[in-house]
Amino acid sequence: MRRVYLDHNATTPVDAAVLDAMLPFFSEDFGNASSIHNFGQRARAAVETAREQVAALIKARAQEIVFTSGGTESDNHAIFGVAQNSPRAENGTPHIITTSIEHEAVLNTCQALEKKGIGVTYLAVNRQGLIDLGELRQAIRPETILISVMHANNEIGTVQPLAEIGKIAAEADVYFHTDAVQSAGKILVDVQAYKLDLLALSGHKIYAPKGVGAIYIKSGTRLKQLLYGGHHQRGFRPGTENVPGIVGLGKAAELARIALADDNARISALRDKLEQGLLARIPDAHANGAQASRTPNTTNIRFPGIEGEALIIALDLKGLACSTGAACSSGAVEPSHVLTAIGLTAPDARSSIRFSLGRHTAEEDIDRTLEIVPAAVAQLRGLSPTYRRQAITLR
Amino acid sequence: MNRSIALDSLPAAVAELTPGLVAVAMSGGVDSSTVAAVLQRQGRPIVGLTMQLWNQRRLPELQGDGPEQHRCCSLDDVYDAKRVAQQLDFPHYVVNFEDQFEQRVVRPFVEQYLAGRTPIACTNCNTDVKFEPLLRMARQIGAETLATGHYARIRFAEANGRYQLLRAREDSKDQSYFLWGLTQEQLAHSEFPLGELSKDEVRALARRMNLPVAEKPESMELCFVPNGNYVQFIQAYSLERKLPVTSAEGDIVREDGAVIGHHNGVHNYTIGQRKGLGLAAGKPLYVLSIDSKNNRVVVAEDAALRSSAVEIEDVNWISISEPTAPFSAEVKIRHKHQAAPATVEALPGNCARIRFDSPQRAVTPGQAAAVYSGDVVLAGGWIK
Repeated sequence: MRRVYLDHNATTPVDAAVLDAMLPFFSEDFGNASSIHNFGQRARAAVETAREQVAALIKARAQEIVFTSGGTESDNHAIFGVAQNSPRAENGTPHIITTSIEHEAVLNTCQALEKKGIGVTYLAVNRQGLIDLGELRQAIRPETILISVMHANNEIGTVQPLAEIGKIAAEADVYFHTDAVQSAGKILVDVQAYKLDLLALSGHKIYAPKGVGAIYIKSGTRLKQLLYGGHHQRGFRPGTENVPGIVGLGKAAELARIALADDNARISALRDKLEQGLLARIPDAHANGAQASRTPNTTNIRFPGIEGEALIIALDLKGLACSTGAACSSGAVEPSHVLTAIGLTAPDARSSIRFSLGRHTAEEDIDRTLEIVPAAVAQLRGLSPTYRRQAITLR
Repeated sequence: MNRSIALDSLPAAVAELTPGLVAVAMSGGVDSSTVAAVLQRQGRPIVGLTMQLWNQRRLPELQGDGPEQHRCCSLDDVYDAKRVAQQLDFPHYVVNFEDQFEQRVVRPFVEQYLAGRTPIACTNCNTDVKFEPLLRMARQIGAETLATGHYARIRFAEANGRYQLLRAREDSKDQSYFLWGLTQEQLAHSEFPLGELSKDEVRALARRMNLPVAEKPESMELCFVPNGNYVQFIQAYSLERKLPVTSAEGDIVREDGAVIGHHNGVHNYTIGQRKGLGLAAGKPLYVLSIDSKNNRVVVAEDAALRSSAVEIEDVNWISISEPTAPFSAEVKIRHKHQAAPATVEALPGNCARIRFDSPQRAVTPGQAAAVYSGDVVLAGGWIK
C-alpha cells in the first residue's frame, strides 16, 4: 500500500542531504568536540559550523545558539532559566505571561512554576487563535519577568504577531521567549525584528533527526542554567555534544533557509488545494482558524458528526497518516486544548483533524487524500447517531 | 483437564473462515490477545483496538503501596496489547473512551452504591461502552464485526430469525450473565471466538503462539478500583465529584425495627453479608436489605433472606421476542449463582416477574437476573 504522510507537524523524515552530512560523524569523525586532539578538533569544527547554520536561519549570532536535546528542553531552559534567575524579593512574586494554546512543553513548565508560587497569566485567543495585544499590555505587571508566546501553533498553524509582541515586551522591559518549533524552517523567523531574548527550536520538525534542538539566548540575557556538568557549550549546557545530531540540525537549518521561499509557495498551494478540495467535496465541513496568517503547511478541518479519533484510524487503515488532538501516554487521543481555546465545543473539537504537509508532499498525495477522506467521512457519518439526529433537527 | 490442543484442530466453530475486517477489543490480557492471534491464524484481516477507560492517575490516594497490580486500563496493559500487535504484525490503536466510561459505568456504579443497591459495573461496561461506542467505532473504521475475549457464544437461529446469545461451552468461565443487554444489532456485529474453548485451552493456544501475555495472571477486581477496596473508591470518587454521601452512622435494625447495632454508612454493606456487622447475636445474622432513605441496614436470619419471587426492569428479550404467556426457565441472579428453575412472565413497561420453584437466597436489588433456557440466554433485566 502506498502510504501518504500528512503529519509533518508531528515529525518529518530526515532529509537525504542531512543524513549524508551526519554519517561521517558516527564512526569516522567520532571525536568528542571538547577534546584537544585532531579527532576532537574535527568534531568541534563541525559543531561550530552547525551553530552558524542554525544562527543564520533565525538571524541570530552563532554565540547566541546553544544546542539541546530538542524543543522541550529548550522551552524548559528558557522558562525555568528566567524564573529561577529573577530576584524574588524585589517586586514580589514573579509573574509570567503566556497563552492558552501553547504546546505542553511551555504549558506544563508554567504549571510547574505555578506550583512553586509563580504567577502565570494564560492569554485567551480569538476564533483564529490570535492573542489580543491590548490584553497582553494589560496583563503586564511590575513583577512580570517573562512573556512566552509561541510563534506558530502546532494544531491550527496560526502565526502570532511576534514583531508587535516583541515591541510591547521591550517597552515593558520584560524578557520575551517564543516556542518556534512549528515556525522555524516553515516561515521567516527573525530574532532581531521580533526583539526576542529567547527562542526554542527542534531538529525533527525541519528534516533533522529527533533528539536534537537549540535554544537562542540573546547576548546579555540573564538565565539560570538547567543542567550542571562539564564545560561543554561554555558550561551553560553541559553534556558531550551530540555531534551527528548537531551536524544534522545545522544542515537542515541551511537547507530550510535556502529553500524557504520556494517550499513556502509550493506547499501552501498544495495545502490550499487540499483544504478547498475537502470543503468542496464534503458537506458541512469547516476549516478551523483559517482566516489568520498561518504556517503554509497546516490545515485543521472539522467534520461535524464524526469522531476525529475514528476518522484518523479509518484513514490510517487506508494508508493516510494525519492527526487529531494530542496523544497521551497510552497513545489515546485527548481533546485538544487549542481547539477548545479558539471557541470550539468539545464535540466540534473532537470532530476536527489536522493535515500537515511537508517538503516531500507531492500533488498526487493531495489527490489521493481528496479521494480517501470524503469517502471515510461519509462512512463515519452514516454510522453516527449524533449526525443523523442533527440532520433531522435541521429539517 | 489440561488438554493440549493443536492449532489445526481448533473446534469447528472457531476454525470457520469469514472474510472482512474484524476489530479485536484488546485489553492486554491473555483472552483478548488469543482472540487476535486465532483470528489472524484463520487468515482474517484484523485491527486491534484498546480502550483507554480510566485514568489511573486520578484518585492517586487509591493506588496503595507496592508494585502495580495487573488490571485494565493501566498503561502496562496498553503496552501489553501493543506488544502482541507488534509481534503478530497487525495494526493496533488505543482509543479514548474515558468520558463514556465515567458517565455510563463509574458514576452510575457509585450512585447505585450510595442508593443502597449493589450494581454490576461490568454489565454496564459491556452494554454501554464495549458494544456501543466501541462497536460503532469498529464499524466506522471499516470493520464488519467486533471480536472480544468474552466466554460466550452467538448463534443465528433460523427458526425465529434472531441472533441468540448462549453460554460458553465451558461453564466455569461462562460470561453470558454479563452480556444479556446486547441488542440484535450488536449481536449481529459481534464475535466471541473463545466461547467454544476452556481457559486452559486458551492459555495453551497463547503459549503455543508465543504470545508475550501467555502467562499473565487474570484480573479479578473491577478494573477502575485499583486496590479492590470499593468503599474507599466510592468515598474518594464521591468527594472528587461532590456527590452527596451519607457516610453518617446509622442503625442496624431487625425486620421489626428493633435497633441491635450501628453501621458506618450504608454503602459499606451488601445484601447477604454476614462478616463485619459487629453484632453479637445468638444465631448468625445477615444483611437483609439496605434502607438508604432512612439510613438503616436491616438484618435477619438466613431463612428470611430467601425470596420466591422477584421483579426485574429494563428487560431485554435477547434470543426470543417478548413472550405473551408465562414460561418455564432457569434464572441466574448473580455471576456465581447456579441458575434456578423458575416461571417467568413478561409485564408491561419492559418488566418481568420471576417466580422461583424454590426460594433463592440474597436476591439483591441492582444486580441482574439472566433468564436461560438450557444454554440460551432468553432475557435479562435489573433486579428491582
